Amino acid sequence: MKINPEYKELAWQGLWKNNPGLVQLLGLCPLLAMTSTVVNALGLGIATLFVLICSNTTVSAIREWVPKEIRIPIFVLIIAAFVTCVELLMNAFTFDLYQSLGIFLPLIVTNCAIIGRAEAYASKNPVKQASFDGLMMGLGFLAVLVVLGGIREILGQGTLFDRADLLLGPWASQLKIQVYQLDSQFLLAILPPGAFIAMGFLIAGKNAIDHKAAQAKPKKLEQAIERVRVNFES
Amino acid sequence: MSTLAPAISKNSIVLALFAIACTSTVGLVHLLTKDRIEMQAQQQLIEQLNEIIHIDSHDNEMFRDCMAAPKDSNSDLLVDVIYRARFNNKPIAAAIKTVAPDGYNGNIELLIAIKADGSVSGVRTLRHKETPGLGDKIELRKSDWIENFSGKKIINDNDKRWAVKKDGGMFDQFTGATITPRAVVKTVRKTINYFKANQESIFTTASNCGAKE
Repeated sequence: MKINPEYKELAWQGLWKNNPGLVQLLGLCPLLAMTSTVVNALGLGIATLFVLICSNTTVSAIREWVPKEIRIPIFVLIIAAFVTCVELLMNAFTFDLYQSLGIFLPLIVTNCAIIGRAEAYASKNPVKQASFDGLMMGLGFLAVLVVLGGIREILGQGTLFDRADLLLGPWASQLKIQVYQLDSQFLLAILPPGAFIAMGFLIAGKNAIDHKAAQAKPKKLEQAIERVRVNFES
Repeated sequence: MSTLAPAISKNSIVLALFAIACTSTVGLVHLLTKDRIEMQAQQQLIEQLNEIIHIDSHDNEMFRDCMAAPKDSNSDLLVDVIYRARFNNKPIAAAIKTVAPDGYNGNIELLIAIKADGSVSGVRTLRHKETPGLGDKIELRKSDWIENFSGKKIINDNDKRWAVKKDGGMFDQFTGATITPRAVVKTVRKTINYFKANQESIFTTASNCGAKE
């Protein structure tokens, strides 16, 4: 079986090239606020992933019936409905995590990454591609959340997967890894400014990798691009 | 005008249909999860109560035996709900939900259990916004500081020990955070005084808050 190049492109776009967290920089509010530990990040990431898939699928499924003039209010309605459902379900089934994610769950509604994907992709493409795009964008966002959560948790508390039982049930309480012992927590990493700084390094890291990859490519191609760029600027 | 009317009515109908569909979905999920959410909240309350009042010391269901706190003009304590523990209908202890208004970062919600003899049975922080890493040691999962209250009593009205060590009392403050423990100690002290002053009515008032039968 061959992988459809269209899906490959979607995956590449969502996970790396057009990553909602690192490149589009959408949904920064929950991203920066909730990544103080890996578990919080994972919880919010999964919730966002779920909402993103559902909203993309629904928006794509109804795209024929939605008049262009009122598409935005309808998208907002759909997203808000899904977020509320997720919130209720988390409240019912993962009560402790619900309490620690608290006010940031409803904020998924305002996560521009979701309405951005609905508007830019799902409303113009068939259901299968749209839901796959939702999955990939969601995974990309989730990955950024978890990496950022990991960095901040190690720097701030010296642990990894602390309180994993909130998300996965009692057995997961042994997942906690004490990387090193801190007498007092490193406050900067836990507070939002630390999130901004770590986020900056992540973006810089991604750009550096992209730069390396571009340099590794054949020289000829690079020259051609350069000429185009010069023409653009002049 | 006449050319716009059909478009407007069509769009409003579509929008209304979507609104109805979305609202009914949310309504349905709410119906399905309502009982479980309530049960979860109740379960958490029961666990908290059992942590600070030993489960064998009473034989009633504390979370059902609760009351809105009586007013006390002598105390500026912000009391919310009181849960009572009894054994064979004899008062054992009361758990008082209260607020320390003077935390470093706003209100600190506390659940304070006091035995009938006036000694503290246990204290738990329910909700707070204190600085992570400094003031949040009032949470049991960060530090066992809050256990220091257990068994403590107020000896007389002028009991100097009920303060943080910096103020000459018996409770540790945290490195870098004095305001938070000071607020908690102050509120626990006030709650004990409130309990002593109103003990009679706390245990005689009929249960009057909305625990489900």
